[in-house]
Amino acid sequence: MSEKTISKSHERYLLKLKKRKQSIFLVQVGLLLLGLILWEVAAYFKWIDPFIMSSPSRIWKLFLEYLTRSNLLHHVFVSVAETIVGFSLATILGLLISIGLWWSDYWAKVFDPYIVMLNSLPKTALAPIIIIWVGAGYSGIIVTAISVSIVVTIMNMYNSFISTDSDKIKLLNTFGASKFQVLRKLVLPSSIPDLISTLKINIGLSWVGVIVGEFLVSKAGIGYIIVYGSQVFKLDIVMMGVVILALISALMYKLIAIVEKRFTRWLE
Amino acid sequence: MASEKLVEIKNLGITYHTLEEETEALRDINLDIYENEIIGIVGPSGCGKSTLLSIISGLIKPTTGEVRVNGFKVDKPLKNVGYMFQKDHLFEWRNILNNVIIGLEIQGKLKDKVLDQAKELLHNYGLGDFIYSYPYQLSGGMRQRVALIRTLLLEPDLLLLDEPFSALDYQTRLAISDEIGTILKREKKTAIMVTHDIAEAISISDRVVVLSQRPGTVKKIFEIKLTCEGKKTPLKCREAPEFRYYFNDIWKELDIHV
Repeated sequence: MSEKTISKSHERYLLKLKKRKQSIFLVQVGLLLLGLILWEVAAYFKWIDPFIMSSPSRIWKLFLEYLTRSNLLHHVFVSVAETIVGFSLATILGLLISIGLWWSDYWAKVFDPYIVMLNSLPKTALAPIIIIWVGAGYSGIIVTAISVSIVVTIMNMYNSFISTDSDKIKLLNTFGASKFQVLRKLVLPSSIPDLISTLKINIGLSWVGVIVGEFLVSKAGIGYIIVYGSQVFKLDIVMMGVVILALISALMYKLIAIVEKRFTRWLE
Repeated sequence: MASEKLVEIKNLGITYHTLEEETEALRDINLDIYENEIIGIVGPSGCGKSTLLSIISGLIKPTTGEVRVNGFKVDKPLKNVGYMFQKDHLFEWRNILNNVIIGLEIQGKLKDKVLDQAKELLHNYGLGDFIYSYPYQLSGGMRQRVALIRTLLLEPDLLLLDEPFSALDYQTRLAISDEIGTILKREKKTAIMVTHDIAEAISISDRVVVLSQRPGTVKKIFEIKLTCEGKKTPLKCREAPEFRYYFNDIWKELDIHV
């Protein structure tokens, strides 16, 4: 807040907090390094079978090789693009549908059992059907990704919309607000925290859809690499695919966290 | 009273329907309210006080009878009627300035001139340093003052106050009710205030209307005449010698048995 002179005890308190934060970060990095070293050593001394379990150095070597020889970046790009497109479309469509349901309580009631059923259905079971219907290419994979995350979006956002404080709606009504104004000025902005937590869930779900889609049918992508690796029984390739996947999804999650900070400054 | 009749409530009644039952909340309410007058409405809990306000504001339609404001029948929320709630209902994602202009925004009256007016009002009411703060940074009393400015900016002829201080702690409540009561008198506003605080009703109002148990009807109307010395503010009025007589009479009229 304001620039006051900081007392000695407050300074100590701030320092303690900072130390704690640093310590958490160091332990996090340390754990990662420890795991990698253990894995490497275990593979080196043949405590584990490196052919099945792979090892960090083998993955790294393969990674460099793939970078130059096999156009790894292209595979990564294809998967990331599919995920982003699927994720965005699922979010936009899901939002539109949940707005529609909020608008008409009657139709929300009508569709309720269908949405509940779709939600409990494992969407990956639909993937083979979707790919046959939509086509065995990018579009099939994207639609699979959408199908996995759209139902959660609809349910979360609809619930968020209908839990808008009814007294606040009443307040806007005393100003003579139209239903559209209530939506724009109140319902949508008050749902931003819920939207962001939905986005966080969706990014993971979209990846599930994309990888499942790529397992079934693809010529490129991280899912393709993983399936290829398992078919030729080179576990190094599979492991590399998984590691890349982990890194990218962590990065995307981080991006959403940055967006979250920007849009929720008004929260206590 | 010499001034003009602003609100006319005629044979007003309302019945609620739920799955289990139907409830008659208000029955045959008749009341006239004149300009520059502050009316306090007290009654046992569940007697339909807040429902009455909602009907006057046009949010709810009555089952029988009608409400007229300035001679026009109320059937939807009117632009010249302002409503203040128990809670401030500030929008957490808007800063204070954007909170007070939300009503203007809805009614399409947002212009540079009113924006300046909003800032000036915020300054006048001691919120000048908080124009760009967010609601969570303000105390309960300040937030309720912001809510009042939000209402006043629409320049309503009639203010409806639904237990506007009851969410505040006692000290803040006394200070804010004193302040708002003074503002209402100074700005020559007509107001209807629902409260369960008898002392608050007496100190602010010109007339206090006592409603009966459900179904609520007008049981008695007290004309409040307090002799206070010097400047007449709600807090000063509490020291008037007649204050406790009114208090006792209204308390008896409320007929509360626990």
